[in-house]
Amino acid sequence: MSLRERSETPESMVQIRVAMATCGIASGAKIVMDYMINELDKRNIPAIVTQTGCMGYCYAEPTIEVTRPGHQPLVFGFVDSKKADQIIEKYIKNGELLDGIIPVNYENIEGK
Amino acid sequence: MTQYKMHLLVCGGTSCGASESEQLFQNLKNEIIEKGLENEVQVITTGCFGFCEKGPIIKVLPDNTFYTQVKPEDATEIIAEHVIKGRRVNRLLYINPETKEAVSDSKHMGFYRKQLRIALRNCGFIDPENIEEYIARDGYAAIAKCLTEMTPAQVIEEMKKSGLRGRGGGGFPTGLKWEITSKSQADQKYVVCNADEGDPGAFMDRSILEGDPHSVIEAMAICGYCIGATKGVVYIRAEYPLAVERLKIAMKQASEYGLLGTHIFGTEFSFEIDIRYGAGAFVCGEETALIHSMEGFRGEPTIKPPFPSVSGYLGKPTNVNNVETFANVPVIINKGADWFASIGSEKSKGTKVFALAGKINNVGLIEVPMGTTLRDIIFEIGGGIKDGKKFKAVQTGGPSGGCLTEKHLDIAIDFDSLTAAGSMMGSGGMIVMDEDDCMVSIAKFYLDFTVEESCGKCAPCRIGNKRLNEMLEKICAGKGTMEDLDLLRNLSYVIKDTSLCGLGQTSPNPVLSTMENFYHEYLAHIVDKKCPSGQCKALLQYVIDEENCVGCTACARNCPVNAIAGERKGMHIIDQSTCIKCGACLEKCKFNAVFIK
Repeated sequence: MSLRERSETPESMVQIRVAMATCGIASGAKIVMDYMINELDKRNIPAIVTQTGCMGYCYAEPTIEVTRPGHQPLVFGFVDSKKADQIIEKYIKNGELLDGIIPVNYENIEGK
Repeated sequence: MTQYKMHLLVCGGTSCGASESEQLFQNLKNEIIEKGLENEVQVITTGCFGFCEKGPIIKVLPDNTFYTQVKPEDATEIIAEHVIKGRRVNRLLYINPETKEAVSDSKHMGFYRKQLRIALRNCGFIDPENIEEYIARDGYAAIAKCLTEMTPAQVIEEMKKSGLRGRGGGGFPTGLKWEITSKSQADQKYVVCNADEGDPGAFMDRSILEGDPHSVIEAMAICGYCIGATKGVVYIRAEYPLAVERLKIAMKQASEYGLLGTHIFGTEFSFEIDIRYGAGAFVCGEETALIHSMEGFRGEPTIKPPFPSVSGYLGKPTNVNNVETFANVPVIINKGADWFASIGSEKSKGTKVFALAGKINNVGLIEVPMGTTLRDIIFEIGGGIKDGKKFKAVQTGGPSGGCLTEKHLDIAIDFDSLTAAGSMMGSGGMIVMDEDDCMVSIAKFYLDFTVEESCGKCAPCRIGNKRLNEMLEKICAGKGTMEDLDLLRNLSYVIKDTSLCGLGQTSPNPVLSTMENFYHEYLAHIVDKKCPSGQCKALLQYVIDEENCVGCTACARNCPVNAIAGERKGMHIIDQSTCIKCGACLEKCKFNAVFIK
């Protein structure tokens, strides 16, 4: 399982975080996470897929955050397998954005 | 393969949708195709930016330009000026209300400051099952600083200076609590984390434990160092299996890294944590009941004093803090009390996590500085009311709180202002109600909950709440009298004044606040025998309109109790004494002839 291995240079890879709190899992985050891991592996895209806690966007679960090397992280909402496939094909491969990105609307403590 | 050079992000949130963002989106797309830019510029819709007041919103990438209140007809100018010529359209930039200057870069816009995540800083950022990710974000730096650079008294002083108040609902100053417990003399003391989150619609503690369990563990150890305790216990409800699992993993990892156990950071300080499961009783969120439950007794409260800080778990001095309170502690130590105290309102410092639920578009978890207005929370961050309905009320503080209405929307919320407005902060659940909600039913809903959850130890709460609930049932059934209203109010005050613990002392709040703010709805139920929102079934009447009825018999055929009579092609009539108000006739009628009176 090459995908989840910790890398010495994670910045050079696509990083994906799946919001896996109870609410996320209840709306299918686990399925999305498995799908992401398997499909990225099949399509030979080096990536790190990890789980994380609640991002706060309960209305748009399952949510995932994708960081392409050298780019700002983007959060996608309402991700099912179909949407996950589009994210891989369009955004991860080509940098093409998709409808339904959730804009960051908060400040974190680093900025303060 | 297309490589877009520029992206136009159009807000597709419900509020912006109402202000024509769809048309704007279409116009932008058409304009781009017309100019032959479809392979260079991509237009997409996004979720809510949380800035609905200024919608529709467009964000341009990669230069982060932020346009507000964009009209569909502005599309041409944006494409011609910004996209093609690279010149910003100044008139559409956001004007900072304070400096009156145009802000072009979204990073410098005030609205981003509407939410500040301190307690939720790691939720959604780190893998909660990997301690290294927590450490990479300054995790366990605060405990290291405390143990190696500060005395317990200095840490307590820092906590007091920060102005942090208990986030479980009471709002008691955390530093002071630690100080009191530290002064109690005993051979053993305990740190207890209250993770018995029981308010309907509240899930902030669960999210913190699921998303960032190490922050709670670190803070408990810091508290242990301050008060002189070597043992900590997390009291968590068994209904939170994932939070329990992640907490256990985190505890195991912390022990492996030497961050729990003996001689932490090579000092004399030792600390270990244990877990106790609650069976999900609301009253066990009250600290004395919680302690009894931890000891294996019935979860019933006892009179304070003695306070747990003097005699708590197993009769030893015990410091009980809520999950969210603990989650703030490491940040206060790392960034300093002054930094923390610079955020928030005069008497309530820092931020508060709220769980937005009910008839609101962006249901979710938010964290805002104390002193943010309800309007900002509901209409900006929350994206407004679902389906474009009208805002009616918001219940804060769960079953112990009260409802706040339109006139309270501009209150800067903190512990004191909410209490002054007749509600309370509580643990931070916010349930939003729209015009379709019946406030008498809402009061009854909360009373149902407290009746169920009352431990039964004291009579006012056990019997009083039951009687309140019966009266509300009577009113909802259209059998209430004006005397009931007086009795409702008087009994509420008696229960508040005479109950043993916080549960009973606050349980009549939903009744009192709905009576205060929506007295006319109570009157409508009692005097007019009508439910203005059409929620109370007993007060509804389904009737058939003479003019619209064509006599198709669909209603009569679908009525489960045969309450509808009428000839084919003739007018139908509903027999009100037989009707069970199921609404089947309304659903089946294709001619809009059935209506609710």
